Amino acid sequence: MKANVRKYAVTVEETCQEMNREVNPSTRKAVAIAVIENPLRGEFADDLEVLMEIGAELGDVLGRKAVTALGIEPGEAQSFGKAAIVGEGGELEHAAAILHPRLGKPLRAAVEKGAALVPSSKKMGAAGTPIDVPLGHKDAAYVRSHFDGIEARLHDAPRGGEILVAIAVTDSGRPFPRVGGLLHEEAVGEDGLR
Amino acid sequence: MAFELRKTQITIDTTHHDGGELATPPYLRGGICAVVKNPFAGKYVKDLQPAMDTLKPLGIQLAKELLAAMRCEAADIEAYGKGAIVGAAGELEHGAIWHVPGGYAMRELLGETKAIVPSSKKVAVMGASIDIPLAHINAAYVRSHFSALELQVPDGPKPDELVFCLAMANGGRIHSRMGGLEASDIKGEDGLR
Repeated sequence: MKANVRKYAVTVEETCQEMNREVNPSTRKAVAIAVIENPLRGEFADDLEVLMEIGAELGDVLGRKAVTALGIEPGEAQSFGKAAIVGEGGELEHAAAILHPRLGKPLRAAVEKGAALVPSSKKMGAAGTPIDVPLGHKDAAYVRSHFDGIEARLHDAPRGGEILVAIAVTDSGRPFPRVGGLLHEEAVGEDGLR
Repeated sequence: MAFELRKTQITIDTTHHDGGELATPPYLRGGICAVVKNPFAGKYVKDLQPAMDTLKPLGIQLAKELLAAMRCEAADIEAYGKGAIVGAAGELEHGAIWHVPGGYAMRELLGETKAIVPSSKKVAVMGASIDIPLAHINAAYVRSHFSALELQVPDGPKPDELVFCLAMANGGRIHSRMGGLEASDIKGEDGLR
């Protein structure tokens, strides 16, 4: 691996009740995090190739970790998202290099299909900084019941020379979706939108 | 069903460089948060959809205030996003009410934009931050414009409140150099490319 990983962390959030109502089946979101050394810390580099390669690796590793944590088959995944926090020794573009050019393809393989854009967010931050990983339906971005997010946070990362990378996968939408719009069951999932 | 407005807060982030060359004009990101009463707090209310219409004027108001605070014309805005924080006495779905009024307000103000408005939401306590994802207004795959803006209201949301957020930017990331679809190459018809 190109990525020099200091640690992984995986969180699964399972919601059993909402406003005292039973959520059955419960909704579940997983977020898999890798904390890596930033190979370009402390310098301005025009060429970010090394981070793009790391992005491809982490799309695979974190995508599979999240799916495994949910205990589902790849095809049962319903929504996804990605995010990164760059420690103070790097720049915001380092997050873009990891997230955008090559991370998506292996992530889509991990969840099967994935015709939709993978929603994302990024920021600079210190250890303990939380980041909201946006969630959207993996095959049809306009499925309104699946617009959501999950917070990722590690108390000890990213340190100044590190980058925290997070991938979130769910097997469900929000607990009681009722603001209309396109439903999971209605999505065609071919153009990535509907 | 009133979403009584307690306060708004506007954040303007003007970034001149991030270790590389100075940007002219600088990368400008703005966010507005409205702290409103959650009429559904503390109980389960099945039918939430009428609230989407109720909130349309607030959406328009916030989008206009934000644009004015950024000292931008509609044509200057190239990226947008939205989000919601639900106070602890509410449920996540109360944040979802904001999708239609928040998204459509910006789309209307910015001239019938084509791309989906990216979003995030959470249930959280007073002072919690939220990362608002940003993406290009007419073509969601424009790689240079994937970004985000962190927003936080120190005294909101209280348990029975909601924080509704809109965000806009005048361009892509300040030192964007990740290739992919460029803003200058988009067709801007299907919202994607």
